[in-house]
Amino acid sequence: MEIPAIVGAGLIVIGAGLGIGRIGGSAMEAIARQPEASGKIQTAMIIAAALIEGIGFAALFAV
Amino acid sequence: MQIKRFGFLAFLLAFSFSWAANASNQHGDEHGHHEEQGEKSIKEQIAEVKEHHLKDSHSFHLWGDHASGTSVEFPLPVILWDEGGLHFFMSSAFHHSENQTVESKGSYFRLYHSKIYKTDAEGTIHYDEEHHATNAKPIDFSITKTVFSTILVGLLLLWLFGSVAKKYRKDPVPRGIAKFMEPLVILVRDDIAKPNIGEKDYKRFMPYLLTVFFFIWMANMIGQTPLGINITGNIAVTLGLALITFFITQFSGRKDYWAHIFWMPGVPYVMRLVLMPIEILGMFVKPFSLMIRLYANILAGHVVIMSIIGLIFIFGAWGAKGAFFGLTFFLSIIELLVAFLQAYIFTMLSALYFGSAVEVHDEHH
Repeated sequence: MEIPAIVGAGLIVIGAGLGIGRIGGSAMEAIARQPEASGKIQTAMIIAAALIEGIGFAALFAV
Repeated sequence: MQIKRFGFLAFLLAFSFSWAANASNQHGDEHGHHEEQGEKSIKEQIAEVKEHHLKDSHSFHLWGDHASGTSVEFPLPVILWDEGGLHFFMSSAFHHSENQTVESKGSYFRLYHSKIYKTDAEGTIHYDEEHHATNAKPIDFSITKTVFSTILVGLLLLWLFGSVAKKYRKDPVPRGIAKFMEPLVILVRDDIAKPNIGEKDYKRFMPYLLTVFFFIWMANMIGQTPLGINITGNIAVTLGLALITFFITQFSGRKDYWAHIFWMPGVPYVMRLVLMPIEILGMFVKPFSLMIRLYANILAGHVVIMSIIGLIFIFGAWGAKGAFFGLTFFLSIIELLVAFLQAYIFTMLSALYFGSAVEVHDEHH
């Protein structure tokens, strides 16, 4: 039986979601520990999340 | 201050309402049409409206429906180039119909699935086995809806920043609209350009970063209005933006940038050979991901909002209609955030790439 490509895309999206969730969670913890560095942490968080998001979209468009 | 804040909220509400009202117009008309002819189910109609919105078109359709004659739209110029030379006519020559052929300088043109094909006088479309049209296509330079709205955004920005600049010429203290723009310009300078490019080189890139930031933001915001414009959700537009970033990065690349691509310092020789193709691929993947990210985010936002609006018409109960109306409002506010965030991310990543291009390494690591 052939597995449809959309299943693979779904798996990648799950992975991307987990990744972005981890980044968000870690950023929350980091801000809680060092509120004075929240600006820098936010910037780094957004960049990392955007890069992962790109992979998720690439997977969706490859289908 | 309070009044201003409420004014902004009212503005948001008005946007959301007009969105839904616009859609109800379209759907309502098509619903009546549907009862007369009994052809299309409401789901098919919603899919059609959605597809129509996401695609570029040769005329600017505001609301209403062609079949019932309530359509409000204005024509845009069609500019075509083929062996016969330049053809120029208004899109109203097609009479909003895909069956109308237009004659220009001895050639006949016809709209077919929103694309313009060359046909004979009867407008015959030839098909291959997969039912794709095989007619010759002229090169299309038309001012389409997307091109028109891009020009509109450009003019809007020119006017906006022209008036801001005029205010600063009179008085260094920002007044009026300048009060609103100054923090945003400072945000791009202090949070995006300086940390990513460095104190020494950032000034050269500021004009591009500011332009791209405000262009994307304004284009995203105008996509939230009920005009049904979809600029940054068009992959050709984001491709153009990403290409500009790509070329600026390559042309401002210093010795160290190219060294890190072709002959990575500080790693064993075998690894340098392995890293070279990866780094060369990375050169192209970076702007590609910029293109996809902006396009997909905006497109996905539009699809979700249009789908939720569609659900208002699928559900009969007023409670469900109200709930989906509220959801539309909520998602519209989320989209306002996304509109800003995507402009910010595009600018930020562009700055990051410029920074890596102009970086000078003191010691090898």
